[in-house]
Amino acid sequence: MNNYLWLIPILPLAGFLINGLGRNVLSKGVIGTIGSLVILASFCLSVSAFAQINSTGQPINVTYFTWIKVGVFNIPFAFLVDQLSAIMLLIITGVGFLIHLYSTGYMSHDKGFGKYFAYLNLFVFFMLLLVLGSNFVVMFIGWEGVGLCSYLLIGFWFTSGDYADAAKKAFVMNRIGDLGFLIAIFLLIHFFNSASYADIFPKVRGLQGPHVALGITLISMLLFVGATGKSAQIPLFTWLPDAMAGPTPVSALIHAATMVTAGIYMIARANVIFSMSPVTMHVIAIVGLATALLAALIALTQTDIKKVLAYSTVSQLGYMFLGLGVGAYTGAFFHVITHAFFKALLFLGAGSVIHAMSNEQDIRKMGGLRTKLPITFATMLMGTIAISGIPPFSGFFSKDEILAHTFESSHTMYVLGVIGAMLTSFYMFRMLFLTFSGSFRGTHEQEHHLHESPWSITVPLIVLAILSVVGGFINVPHIMGGNHWLQNWLEPVFKLSEPLLAHTETEPSTEWLLMGISVGAAFIALFYAYVKYIKNKHVPVADTEERPLLANLSYHKFYIDELYDFLIRKPLDALSVFFYKVVDKMGIDGLVNGLGNGTVESSKGLRLLQAGNVGFYIFMMVIGIIAILFYRLKF
Amino acid sequence: MGNITQTIQAVPLNHYILFCAIIFAIGVTGVLIRRNAIVIFMSVELMLNAVNLLLAAFSVYKGDASGQVFVFFVMALAAAEVAVGLAIIVMIYRNTNSTDINVLNRLKW
Repeated sequence: MNNYLWLIPILPLAGFLINGLGRNVLSKGVIGTIGSLVILASFCLSVSAFAQINSTGQPINVTYFTWIKVGVFNIPFAFLVDQLSAIMLLIITGVGFLIHLYSTGYMSHDKGFGKYFAYLNLFVFFMLLLVLGSNFVVMFIGWEGVGLCSYLLIGFWFTSGDYADAAKKAFVMNRIGDLGFLIAIFLLIHFFNSASYADIFPKVRGLQGPHVALGITLISMLLFVGATGKSAQIPLFTWLPDAMAGPTPVSALIHAATMVTAGIYMIARANVIFSMSPVTMHVIAIVGLATALLAALIALTQTDIKKVLAYSTVSQLGYMFLGLGVGAYTGAFFHVITHAFFKALLFLGAGSVIHAMSNEQDIRKMGGLRTKLPITFATMLMGTIAISGIPPFSGFFSKDEILAHTFESSHTMYVLGVIGAMLTSFYMFRMLFLTFSGSFRGTHEQEHHLHESPWSITVPLIVLAILSVVGGFINVPHIMGGNHWLQNWLEPVFKLSEPLLAHTETEPSTEWLLMGISVGAAFIALFYAYVKYIKNKHVPVADTEERPLLANLSYHKFYIDELYDFLIRKPLDALSVFFYKVVDKMGIDGLVNGLGNGTVESSKGLRLLQAGNVGFYIFMMVIGIIAILFYRLKF
Repeated sequence: MGNITQTIQAVPLNHYILFCAIIFAIGVTGVLIRRNAIVIFMSVELMLNAVNLLLAAFSVYKGDASGQVFVFFVMALAAAEVAVGLAIIVMIYRNTNSTDINVLNRLKW
């Protein structure tokens, strides 16, 4: 098996090359088949890697070649498949394959079909590299690569200026985070003289002293900065909603299921480093919780179906970070898995709706689609129930695990977390009800055009819906008769940080109570959404109408973009203008031009001395000689 | 040879220096104040000869022949220079009908 590991990323790369080079030659059918089949092949190989780990329990570590070697310092190009990356491989290739399949239907009318599949394959390649790398540098290649593909795909319809801007915004915000990650890697190399996980993590545990604590805090904070960029946390979250400019399958694959979870993967991977620094853990928990709440509040009033889902993603990522911050690594990663299922499902469902509605994304203009799109409705309903945390769907188990651990560490955070879960349930059902129930509010033409999507779209929906429903059973808690399969599976990965985290045992009665609270909260929000949007048939007001103050704030995303504009862009612009006008134009240009002008002007004056009079020349010569003599002989 | 040495040494070195300085100054003054190019040339010769005399005097007093070798060099170079300089002056005269250096203000840019 070890010999075939390299094929997992190489197959999508081959797909990228074939589709990219043959995008104008090959037919759409061939491109779609190649693009999807390479991912399916990678998925099969990933399953076999997973099976091998399952049977031996040993991580697979393969070194292919020495990549960077300076003296004793050595960065090999090596892959590591352990319990953590094996699951990531399955998500990336599995969900990735479904989304490729979906894309063959969704993008079938697009001119850039070949280009799209080439980019999508390239993305999968980089994402696989990210999770397969056995050191931080290989991870960083994938890290940068997925950022690039995200940029390329957000700006896929680049002829629209807004879309191109959204792509640039995503790219720049990611770069800000990447800088933090990169500095952290340099620091790690500086301290440990290696970038390999196997070298660094055991050493971190042995470190002692106040000096070390500071260094570890610094490194972990910088790593976290990298994670905030990729995983869209405060303050670097505003790019993700804008990223919805890309094709919907891209939103599902990149901006819900895989790339945005890279930050969580990275922190889970480096869990020892984070566990060593309680300060960073606190910061992560607070930032995660704040992001979860802020994004949920914004999602409450959005009217673009994809924007609701985008803010929901930001919010759910916030939950994952909250889980990481309170030391519930398994819980956070559990949520990564279930979220990959139901959020991909929801995005693909939204895509199916948009497809049926002839590119209409405003939920105010939908309604009553339940009968027209029965499969889409049924699958999206399952996704919505899953994300809202209603048992026994998958989201309940993962979110509950995070909330239970949050309760252990801070009761305030727990309450806020439950409020966030309530908001989640409300805005998700709001979106579902507005889209699928009531009467149709769009144009006649759209109504006439409504149709269920082709099989290439509905099959992935159905598969993901099944996964969303049953996905939670991989980690059923003890009190519900489960065996914590995922926790046991991931135990080797988090073994080193286990002793560093304080664990208080929760009474089974408390645990039942906590579950009851979160389920109750979800149902209250569901009921409120039902009353408001089905019984009272409320429809969000048009953009021109006045909103109450809070709703207005939420609708305008709390003016965060404007705030950044004011705090960062405006001063930067002013600074650039200052540098351009004062430093460059006056300072540097003035100096250079001044030298030239000074030479010209002074020579105009000096030229007059050259009267051409021989007698005067000789006189000057004599004066000069006398002067030299005086100077040299010091008379 | 001995006689010449004695003859030269009959006059103290200071006198030579003073004399040469005077002749040199006369040469410099001539160069500076005269307007006729040929007279200026003659003044230059005067300066060169003042230096030559001084070289010869020092050579004798020091008992070192190299000073006299320099004299020969200066003479040879002066002769060459005069040949070239006079040729230029002759050409200038042919073109301008004058050797007045105040008229010769053509050495401008």
